[in-house]
Amino acid sequence: MADDKNRGEAYESQHVHAVYEEIASHFSSTRYKPWPIVERFLEELPDGSVGADVGCGNGKYLAVNSKVFIVGSDRSTNLVKIAKSHSPHSAIVADNLSLPHPPKSFEFAISIAVIHHLSTPERRIEAVQAVLELLRPSSSSGSDHGGRALIYVWALEQKESRRGWDEGHEQDVMVPWVMKGKKDKGDKQRRKEERRASEQGEKKGIEQSGDKTFLRYYHLYRKGELERDIDAAGGRVVESGYEKDNWWAIAVPKAES
Amino acid sequence: MKLLTLNFLTCAVKTCKTSASSFPLHPRDSELEIVEAEINVQFLQNILPRLMWEELGGLVNELGLPSLPPTAPLPSALVESKLQAPESDTTGLNIEKLEVPSQVARDLHRVLLETCIMSGGLVCGNCGHEYKVLEGVANFLLPAHLV
Repeated sequence: MADDKNRGEAYESQHVHAVYEEIASHFSSTRYKPWPIVERFLEELPDGSVGADVGCGNGKYLAVNSKVFIVGSDRSTNLVKIAKSHSPHSAIVADNLSLPHPPKSFEFAISIAVIHHLSTPERRIEAVQAVLELLRPSSSSGSDHGGRALIYVWALEQKESRRGWDEGHEQDVMVPWVMKGKKDKGDKQRRKEERRASEQGEKKGIEQSGDKTFLRYYHLYRKGELERDIDAAGGRVVESGYEKDNWWAIAVPKAES
Repeated sequence: MKLLTLNFLTCAVKTCKTSASSFPLHPRDSELEIVEAEINVQFLQNILPRLMWEELGGLVNELGLPSLPPTAPLPSALVESKLQAPESDTTGLNIEKLEVPSQVARDLHRVLLETCIMSGGLVCGNCGHEYKVLEGVANFLLPAHLV
């Protein structure tokens, strides 16, 4: 595993972006159920609010509320092609660190399971900053409370999960995504192939027929780390918590002095 | 990509975002397509105050579409009353007053939500960089020298 100084844009391009591009349609078929806190955040927005879903993936959060307008963005063209079907919203291909939106123009932004894919502390803080920069600041009179961002990242503390990570574990990890190969072949066909394989002296297991494993880079967040990143990015945490193996926070840009 | 999106997009280059000339992006060699969608008057009324009307008007002209009115319509202009008998009434005598989308609303819906750029480019008026649109997807990833 590369250490911090060997990570960065090129590293993410290989260990995050290229993987999602490859697994897009399979990944998308497993991502349809919105997480409750994200769903509530979106449903409570006033009608006509405009915002961004930075790292929208297949656009599952674009389906939650059709009374607001969301511009979703993702690095993966293949995921954006799936995401753009959710009316009335839009989806574009863009990088979290170079978002093509006028600054301070949105009432809300969400960043769900995205920032943990950036591979250095500086880039993660920069990514939070890029999300906060989209938000309208609150008016000095306080009549308009300004834009809010909801940010979700994967937690290190998840000993009940399938992965079983917990406090003290390495935070920078490679997580496998297994794409199942073709459905089980009929017995007859399999026996025939096994026979042929053994005749040819192949040792590779036929039972793995076609399964393909992709590794994605993740930085697992420790308790309190997301709040610190938000603070370093010039944000103020309004509310935060832990839900199902993830840390989340609602943040606003700090008032300008 | 529907034209409404362009109301919320600018150049991805950091130094351009604060420059007035980067908004809106200018379509180049656009291939347009109408993708029909159900009209939602309330959505249009809500989004109306967020539209940069003058800039949108410019965009529509650059694309060679019918011009927008010089000033944004009021939300109330998006509906009109219509006297009509409900479909269930076969006698046609029980006339009711119904609120229906006005022509203004239908025109706005057509241009903002149904008119899509399928291919072409979007050019920044500040740095001149062109973002490609392919199969209806606009790509804002920057080449290394512009990041």
